[in-house]
Amino acid sequence: MAPGGSLAWQIPALGQILTADSAGDEVFFPTRAQYVEVATVLREAGFATCSDLCAVDYLTHLGRKLPDGVAPERFEVVVNLLSLAPARRVRLRVMVPEHDPVCPTLFFVYPGTENMEREAYDLMGIRFDGHPDPSRILMPQDWEGHPLRRDYGVGRVPVQFKGAPGPR
Amino acid sequence: MPIAESWNGLESVRHNLLTGKLEDFVRWSRRSSMWPATFGLACCAIEMMAAGGAEYDMSRFGMEVFRASPRQADLMIVAGRVSQKMAPVLRQVYDQMMEPKWVISMGVCASSGGMFNNYAIVQGVDQIVPVDVYAPGCPPSPNTLLHAILTLHEKVRTGEILRRRRASGAGAGVDLATEVPGWTQPLATPARLGTPR
Amino acid sequence: MTSDHVDGVIGDAPVTAALTGDPELARLVAKTDEGSQELAPADATSRVKLAIEQGGVLRVPESNALDPDAADATFGAGETMILNVGPQHPSTHGVLRMMVELQGETILRSKPVIGYLHTGMEKMGEELTYVQGATNVTRMDYLSPLHNELVFSLAVEKLLGVDIPPRATWIRMLMCELNRISSHVMWTASNGLDLASTTMMIFGLRERDLVLTFFEKVTGLRMNHNYIRPGGVAADLPDGWEDDVEAIVDTVGARLTDYDNLLTGQPIFRERTEGVGVVPADLLIALSATGPLLRAAGVAWDLRRAMPYLAYDDVDFDVIVGSAGDCFDRYAVRLNEVRESIRIVRQILEKMPLGDYRAQDKKVTPPPRARIDESMEALIHHFKIFTRGIEPPEGEVYVAVESPRGELGCYLVSDGSNHPMRMHIRAPSFVNLQSVPALLRGGLIADMVAVLSSVDPVLGDVDR
Repeated sequence: MAPGGSLAWQIPALGQILTADSAGDEVFFPTRAQYVEVATVLREAGFATCSDLCAVDYLTHLGRKLPDGVAPERFEVVVNLLSLAPARRVRLRVMVPEHDPVCPTLFFVYPGTENMEREAYDLMGIRFDGHPDPSRILMPQDWEGHPLRRDYGVGRVPVQFKGAPGPR
Repeated sequence: MPIAESWNGLESVRHNLLTGKLEDFVRWSRRSSMWPATFGLACCAIEMMAAGGAEYDMSRFGMEVFRASPRQADLMIVAGRVSQKMAPVLRQVYDQMMEPKWVISMGVCASSGGMFNNYAIVQGVDQIVPVDVYAPGCPPSPNTLLHAILTLHEKVRTGEILRRRRASGAGAGVDLATEVPGWTQPLATPARLGTPR
Repeated sequence: MTSDHVDGVIGDAPVTAALTGDPELARLVAKTDEGSQELAPADATSRVKLAIEQGGVLRVPESNALDPDAADATFGAGETMILNVGPQHPSTHGVLRMMVELQGETILRSKPVIGYLHTGMEKMGEELTYVQGATNVTRMDYLSPLHNELVFSLAVEKLLGVDIPPRATWIRMLMCELNRISSHVMWTASNGLDLASTTMMIFGLRERDLVLTFFEKVTGLRMNHNYIRPGGVAADLPDGWEDDVEAIVDTVGARLTDYDNLLTGQPIFRERTEGVGVVPADLLIALSATGPLLRAAGVAWDLRRAMPYLAYDDVDFDVIVGSAGDCFDRYAVRLNEVRESIRIVRQILEKMPLGDYRAQDKKVTPPPRARIDESMEALIHHFKIFTRGIEPPEGEVYVAVESPRGELGCYLVSDGSNHPMRMHIRAPSFVNLQSVPALLRGGLIADMVAVLSSVDPVLGDVDR
């Protein structure tokens, strides 16, 4: 376990948030409503930087293992926070349902999530409420669809070799 | 003209002047000073830079000046994977280059999409611009790039490229032998530099 | 999606046709237009967005905190011009498009527009098996491919829960430190070229070639090696590697004095880089910057020291920290990190253990090539590994290493099958680019190249 023991013990405000251990990392499962507040509490507790924010599409694996009380949804927003002193990491996993793929923005807590949230929007289609620049970042402006979703095909082109009798 | 001691009238003229056909000189000058446009995209760009460095030295072939402005460049070495977002930019830069211009597709990503057969990468830059030489490799080592460049130079020197373009109607039709039959004769087949057809 | 942008100002073909009067040009411009991803004129931008583009950061205690009302004060004081730099440009370190708003020569706002090298590697990661995964990630940050492979392999091994033998760890460390040397030397070369020192480019490429020749001897390729794989490394170091490595570190170490002569004391270089692009450290931390960018501002954060991986707690090295946080400090940090890497490599030369170069776990490692000719079981085992591959248990893991550009992380989600369900790479250059508006704020357009170069973006990493 990370130095100092479990965060849920150290920070009383986090006591109500469901938590789990994943290969030695501590993971919290705030709901969308609790999400920004939990991040703020963690920032006040010393997690000064957001290492990474990404979105995951569990369409093909909805039956994943989650702690009791966390209802699985199709999308998850995963945030990795980093504290410089003492050096430790914590992870937040927020469930985002398919019919309402909106999540509050973490930009006003961690300005470093600006590009990361734009990428999550661009490739996964999750809108971040309150983000100042909700535009695509990696795909062309007129692209339709969100490529990293599991129901979006890879876009493979069948390769024809010269002299082949026809499509394989 | 300074008169040296060895000056011997017309005998010396032969030693001090070169004569040849105009189109040979034009082709020779085109291939001796073919300036590449900076179009390095990804990993192949680094190998292209290494080819311009001291160990592999493109300067021997008159090519170390990479011109950033497409108006001043003759050769576009597309070095790296071309994404969907970059494709119109590539075409714009190609269109701005002045004839005669050539394209080397460096690396497998530029030649055919490479290992990235997916939504984001154009499967071969020849979907967008006409390519003269393909250089395979991931990334091709600078030696491979130099081989591709020399193949192109050979094709330019013998006029084969312009012949092919004339035959297929590609290019802007800028060469010397267009409308004057009997003035020009095709040269012997260009030296094969070891690449099988 | 485009709720916050104003239509009709940028990107409407009819508008550009009216401006230029040339429908062909309008059509061409429209094709490369990226709409709301670009920098819009100030009167068409929301206050919060204006402040970000000016480099203001929110909620940062003692430094440039955002005050949306103050953001408007700088505009309307004169004419401004939006300049587009790139994506095809010799000095943007790849296909990066910078849009800057200038008042005279002063940069008011800026915005990097990226995505011109987006390759869909995270999607490819889901299609390829774990055994093939290293070939994909290695092409992300193409100046330090071994670090990409390392982070992916570490993530897979953490999911699997498998330990790798010490020799494999030390070989990985050796290759990664040599890669750090070649990456930083390449950076110094291209930084020198951007600041018009072509000699530095030639020097840097020459040193880099030394390291790459060694890599070719060990891994078979000069770049994009696919050498560090889950379970260990692909092959053992060849005989005579100690002499080769010693020759490399001796040569590079000696030539660093050449770089010092060429750049460090040189007045033009110092004037162009000192005091340029200064940003306080707390701003950088809030913007999630890592690597030499952060260390030059005075924060001694290096994952090799703070959260050691591989065998970095068994070697001695210093974490190089700057004081002023300007371009010169970033150059000095990287130059001295080369010296530290040389120091680490010398220690590895002494301490390299003997043993296996990959884990002898049947689920992960294929059998040695010679055994395939002798044994049917070995042949079947080889077949299974290369077709079916590794099948880690369900779970998710985040692993980070210190690449030459900063914190390179891999978030891997496994659903129990033989290819990842989600592979996300936390790219240091992607995140460091967020600091660029803050770095450019108030500077001159001529400093833009120096600043961009000092951030060291590698577009393969940025766009993946």
